[in-house]
Amino acid sequence: MNLSIEELNNLHLDALREIGNIGSGNAATALATIINKKIDMNVPSIKILDFNDVSSALGGEEIVVAGVYFEVEGDIDGSIMFLLDLNSAKTLTNILMGREDQIEELNEMDRSALREIGNILSGAYISSLSSLTNLNIKMSVPSLCIDMAGAIISVPAIQFGYVADKMILIETILQDGTEKVKGNFFLIPENNSFETLLKSLGVYT
Amino acid sequence: MQKIIKVGMADMNIVENPGIITTLGLGSCVGIILYDKSIKIAGLIHIMLPSSKHIKNNKNKIKFADTGIEFLLDEMVKKGCNKSNIISKIAGGSQMFSFKSNNDMMRIGERNVISSKETLKALKIPIIAEDTGGNYGRTIEFHSNTGKLIIKTIGHGTHEI
Repeated sequence: MNLSIEELNNLHLDALREIGNIGSGNAATALATIINKKIDMNVPSIKILDFNDVSSALGGEEIVVAGVYFEVEGDIDGSIMFLLDLNSAKTLTNILMGREDQIEELNEMDRSALREIGNILSGAYISSLSSLTNLNIKMSVPSLCIDMAGAIISVPAIQFGYVADKMILIETILQDGTEKVKGNFFLIPENNSFETLLKSLGVYT
Repeated sequence: MQKIIKVGMADMNIVENPGIITTLGLGSCVGIILYDKSIKIAGLIHIMLPSSKHIKNNKNKIKFADTGIEFLLDEMVKKGCNKSNIISKIAGGSQMFSFKSNNDMMRIGERNVISSKETLKALKIPIIAEDTGGNYGRTIEFHSNTGKLIIKTIGHGTHEI
């Protein structure tokens, strides 16, 4: 990444927000199709935060969250992490499994479902990004980790850390009736991928 | 009530007896404790990357194992610590997500641990205890009056080293 996060202007951020908007929209549609229910979503907010403020924004370093992480390659290189707080993860698995009661702990089946959800949502995200930008983007099989927020955030934070002291997150809220699922996407481009991405959207010269 | 000092990511601090110094949710990062056992002053640094070399934006010394540990040591000496009395304990350096590929990015936890150890060796500071590696997060808490480091995890218990 030659272009640093600190140098991003409002036009760049608008473009990234729009990517988040379209990507999340496709992800919500994919989710609605799987569970055969109407899913509402808000307009995502994009935040640029100091490393230590990211955990606070999620509720503290020690709260349990679920992260789905995968690598992307092709015209842009980097990685993407989709992060859900534990309640959202449980709500999502409950919807998927058709359960009524809130469960205490996620079992192997729930984990597998979450990994798959991460895969589908991220795939929808990537394919909309790819068709919007005309860039060829391939993604790896996702890896799931459920642990302390601080520990999970350290993974994207370190990657941003090579070039900056801040990171970008795109927050989306998906809603099924009264049940809210709050998800965060971390887009972590490597090398010149930020420039490539912004150029393809016509906001960077 | 004992004084508790919290250290964030790419951050460090020093505590005097009987204070406690802590960092929450270490993942691939490494937490390094330097402790002068004779006057019971402890420093904690939470590093994110192994080396400041070949990195353009390396102004923040505390982010890197190589420059950060030395910086903390200097600050402790300024507070009256004697370098020859200082020992260290280290924790963290997990690989949170597993991938088949041997991508260097993914092995960052292991590289952070190796670099921390090399830096401590070069500074002639003995490592008397460590809890590193694995695939889970750790919260660490150092007690300056006893010299004990308490490690808390989710699903892997709590223990002290």
